[in-house]
Amino acid sequence: MKVLVLLKQTPDTEAKIQISSDSKNIETAGMKYIVNPYDEFAIEEALQIKAKNGDCEVVIASFGNADTKDRILKGLAMGADRGLLINNEGVENADSLAIAKILAGAIKSESPDIVLCGKQGIDDDNMHVGVMTAELLDWAHVNVVTKLEVSGDTAKVEREVESGQVEVYEVKLPALFGAHKSLNTPRYASLPGIMKAKKKPFDNKTVGDIGVDLNDVKASIKTSVESYSYPAEKPAGKLFKDQPVEAMVAEVVKLLREEAKVI
Amino acid sequence: MKVLVFLEQRDGKLKSSALEALTVANKMAKGEATNVAGLIIGDNVAALAAEVKDYGADTVFTANSDGLGKYNVLGYTAAVKAACDEFKPDVVLGIASPMGRDLFARCAARLDAGLLTDLVDIDFNGFSGGVKPMYAGKVLANVKFSGSGLKMATLRPNVFAAESSTGAAVAKQLNVTIDDSKIKTLEIKKGKSDKVDLTEASVIISGGRAMGDASKFEILHSCAEVIGASVGASRAAVDAGYAPHDMQVGQTGKTVNPQLYIACGISGAIQHMAGMRTSKVIVAINTDPDAPIFSVADYGIVADLFEAVPIMQEKFKELLK
Ligand SMILES: Cc1cc2nc3c(=O)[nH]c(=O)nc-3n(C[C@H](O)[C@H](O)[C@H](O)COP(=O)(O)OP(=O)(O)OC[C@H]3O[C@@H](n4cnc5c(N)ncnc54)[C@H](O)[C@@H]3O)c2cc1C
Ligand SMILES: Nc1ncnc2c1ncn2[C@@H]1O[C@H](COP(=O)(O)O)[C@@H](O)[C@H]1O
Repeated sequence: MKVLVLLKQTPDTEAKIQISSDSKNIETAGMKYIVNPYDEFAIEEALQIKAKNGDCEVVIASFGNADTKDRILKGLAMGADRGLLINNEGVENADSLAIAKILAGAIKSESPDIVLCGKQGIDDDNMHVGVMTAELLDWAHVNVVTKLEVSGDTAKVEREVESGQVEVYEVKLPALFGAHKSLNTPRYASLPGIMKAKKKPFDNKTVGDIGVDLNDVKASIKTSVESYSYPAEKPAGKLFKDQPVEAMVAEVVKLLREEAKVI
Repeated sequence: MKVLVFLEQRDGKLKSSALEALTVANKMAKGEATNVAGLIIGDNVAALAAEVKDYGADTVFTANSDGLGKYNVLGYTAAVKAACDEFKPDVVLGIASPMGRDLFARCAARLDAGLLTDLVDIDFNGFSGGVKPMYAGKVLANVKFSGSGLKMATLRPNVFAAESSTGAAVAKQLNVTIDDSKIKTLEIKKGKSDKVDLTEASVIISGGRAMGDASKFEILHSCAEVIGASVGASRAAVDAGYAPHDMQVGQTGKTVNPQLYIACGISGAIQHMAGMRTSKVIVAINTDPDAPIFSVADYGIVADLFEAVPIMQEKFKELLK
């Protein structure tokens, strides 16, 4: 059995996001990067599947810049077996569908039984790439997965939607699943794990290496970010303190009706 | 420009935000209802078409079948494809709900379309693009379509206003073959509450770590009852087991956009604010006058929430009497 995890690197959740002076980019200098938090749940799930199925390889694949190697190494330190980095040089502007085309190419050459990814990148907040990749492979997918039980060539999967509703699916493998936060609790990488990670097999490939035509991908890009701006700053609010609670609350409720007009 | 709008329904009820998308579509089509079509997918949904009469669409396609009664992305994708084959739209619009986001990503790959998700502003003229929050709302991205193919987009709920406009909304049945050999929806388990989901709620009252216990959330539910609010939570409250995780607001929870957000005993960590900072009006109740949440609050009350919330409930009750 083979499980492939799709990983992307994202800025740290604490990071201050600075827009470049020409508004066209996000400043990368000094930025701290992490494994996209949802992808950690995907890695953990892959490792749990491996633990239950003796003969199972866990591969972590990413399309990204050279730095992404360190993020993949984190996954290897957690216990995955092999890393695959597809260098994005020349197609840094790939949109979700173009990335999915590349990842689908990589998945075809790896032919895993299960692909796990995060439900969403916390940078673009899209929820696109996993779903699109599954479609290009003509596989089923379930995104925002909170429970996954694999048995034989099927999986029983729960997906969380609004108002606490949960959709329950039966899915035929191979299939792709996008991890939500409550799927599991990701383990920490142990010190020996970190040491071992560096010795694990790691492939650096180009888009061409995985059999995808770079020019086709470039020509297929359909969306772009033209510029960035900061959301408008809110004017300072009114702070009530050092008064009887009853009086402060009464005043705020009155303002909600008369000033803000929301009640 | 021809615009197809996916009109989402769950349990036979149309989402109110579907009308928001329809209004946007009608503006894109410069008020020409012949160029706007709706699409309703489900089981026994033909009658829903009448509900969007006078919202600017002349045609409402319905894909009606037992196999579509419960959401199944492949069946729904086939229905969207069938509607596109028939109507040949330039743009397909939906809402950035859990279903909309899942379905549109799948359809964009099937139809080889450009996809922009969770738009909060759009360029109505020719629909060259729009604005979407990124990095959990820390920045706004001006996103564009390039090339001439099909454009798909989902809109953030509660951002665009629904306005009525002439439109006959004549139902037109689509034939869709459903193949459930790859994925079957076994059941949809109901949530514990029949409250409006946080992402669609217009008033939210949230509790943080300060709640101290699951049972204490009752004071928030009780106050929420009075003003028709949904109840949310911080991650600290969720991780401590005081609230189920589908109530979590923030970067790894839900992004909410209500008219009024009341934060009780929440410090205002950057990851929490990421999920609620675009709320129209923010009220914060916290014992610490230096809590970061006060920096985004329109109205801050430095007080013990266990004292303030019950009083607030009474004041709301008096006001709404
Ligand atoms: C990758 C990542 C993702 C994250 N995602 C999220 C997310 O999606 N959502 C989220 O919320 N957090 C998220 N967090 C966690 C976030 O960093 C904070 O830890 C969390 O938001 C704190 O929750 P809190 O405000 O309830 O608790 P605290 O920070 O402990 O604040 C409790 C507040 O209650 C006040 N208080 C105490 N007693 C009372 C009282 N009786 N009355 C009134 N006020 C009182 C205190 O003054 C304090 O300000 C994430 C963190 C990481 C690293
Ligand atoms: N460049 C990439 N390389 C590998 N996986 C990716 C990449 N971009 C996105 N993904 C995966 O797709 C998920 C959804 O990402 P997004 O569509 O950006 O929200 C992420 O959580 C990753 O698992």
